[in-house]
Amino acid sequence: MSALRPLDKLPGLNTATILLVGTEDALLQQLADSMLKADCTSELKVHLARSLPLPCSVNRPRIDLIVFVVNLHSKLSLQSVEESLCHLDAAFFLGKVAFLATGAGRDSHCSIHRNTVVKLAHTYRSPLLFCDLEIEDFRAAMAQRLVRLLQICAGHVPGVSALNLLSLMRGSENPSLEDL
Amino acid sequence: MDETLAEFFRRTILKIPMTEMMTILKTWNFLSENQLQTVNFRQRKESIVQDLVLLCEENHASLNDAAHLDIIYTQFHRHQKIWDVFQMSKAPGDDIDLFDMEQFKSSFKKILQRALKNVTVSFRDAEENSVWIRIAWGTQYKKPNQYKPAYVVYYSQTPYAFTSSSRLKSNLPLLGQSFETHNCTTSLQEGSLGLDINMDSRIIHENKVEKERVQRVTQEIFGDYPQPRLEFAQYKLETKFKSDLNGGILAEREEPLRCLVKFSSPHLLEALKSLAPAGIADAPLSPLLTCIPNKGKNYFKIRDK
Repeated sequence: MSALRPLDKLPGLNTATILLVGTEDALLQQLADSMLKADCTSELKVHLARSLPLPCSVNRPRIDLIVFVVNLHSKLSLQSVEESLCHLDAAFFLGKVAFLATGAGRDSHCSIHRNTVVKLAHTYRSPLLFCDLEIEDFRAAMAQRLVRLLQICAGHVPGVSALNLLSLMRGSENPSLEDL
Repeated sequence: MDETLAEFFRRTILKIPMTEMMTILKTWNFLSENQLQTVNFRQRKESIVQDLVLLCEENHASLNDAAHLDIIYTQFHRHQKIWDVFQMSKAPGDDIDLFDMEQFKSSFKKILQRALKNVTVSFRDAEENSVWIRIAWGTQYKKPNQYKPAYVVYYSQTPYAFTSSSRLKSNLPLLGQSFETHNCTTSLQEGSLGLDINMDSRIIHENKVEKERVQRVTQEIFGDYPQPRLEFAQYKLETKFKSDLNGGILAEREEPLRCLVKFSSPHLLEALKSLAPAGIADAPLSPLLTCIPNKGKNYFKIRDK
């Protein structure tokens, strides 16, 4: 089991592959289903994993985008993501990694503070998205957004690359170093 | 019809609340649709009951039919009774016999009737391989008292029987004896824990092996069938505070830290069973949680060894 590398495989024709990493399988499954329902000109593939490293597989296509899903209600999910991040090649963090935090809507159930994930995303220089995946409409909207991000990371959108994404997504929701 | 029997019918039907009357009469299935339609249900309750008793007489209702009605009433109002539960244990060396419901009923009845001349025994099958048994006790010289029956509910595929509080506690050993020939549990047919069938081939689970391991471990611990319904479990901790950090206010204390942890849920054991497959906990779960059905208790005191 080696660390995942972003460019060690050739891309498939018009194919974009996303890897969703998170402990709560049901949430990942629902998000995957929503993504496949979204409008997309590229062929989509969704891989679901509980954590990294992934089991050895020669047949795995090139992974274009990795989204780490953290459930703010579960300390275990954060812990698992933190441990997984060690098994990722540094080159992925040039725009091909994003964090998704779910469960912020139910504040009383949150055992992880919002700032914790903000700091985590900042440490890894990657965008952080918030979405309550349990609510269908929010999930569908997020799925559409992720599909768009995925297409960019796979190089299917002319003129925009994964590296551009980092600066494009540094909006008000991703505070800069001075704010923290 | 015998006067006492007619009176028993009258009192039993009178007990039934009007809101449940039609449901219970239909479940009883002794009076036909046509007969029920001849009764004016808008009268005063006493008059309705009188009409119904007359219909029972027309149909030549027997004590057995009355007992059945009584069982149905009790099934609808089971929560109003206090139940004791008995667990039967196997003697070492006993074989697993195949359970035959009809044979059980006939031998149960025979044993009671042989021991006490005056006893009324009635049966009604119910859900999940269970049988409701109504027993009206008499003495050697007195006819059975139909107004204070005992109920036994026996789940044939388990070693458990429930009894409602019986006035004549002395009859409990007799009841036990009638079970002795049938204390067996046959293995239930293998159910299957359905794994999620993912229809879409574009979704690939990387950790399939791990998922299957978790399902297998969960199945080994909890089994295939629905868990017994439990609403809470309470753990009283009287252990010393342990901390990874050196120092801290609580770390130095000699006295145990008293702490109460209570888990509650509409269906606690099913919730625990679903923790590992949902990814919320690792499998196998802590034995403190999984031992609840085995130990048969849900209050725990945890002390330092």
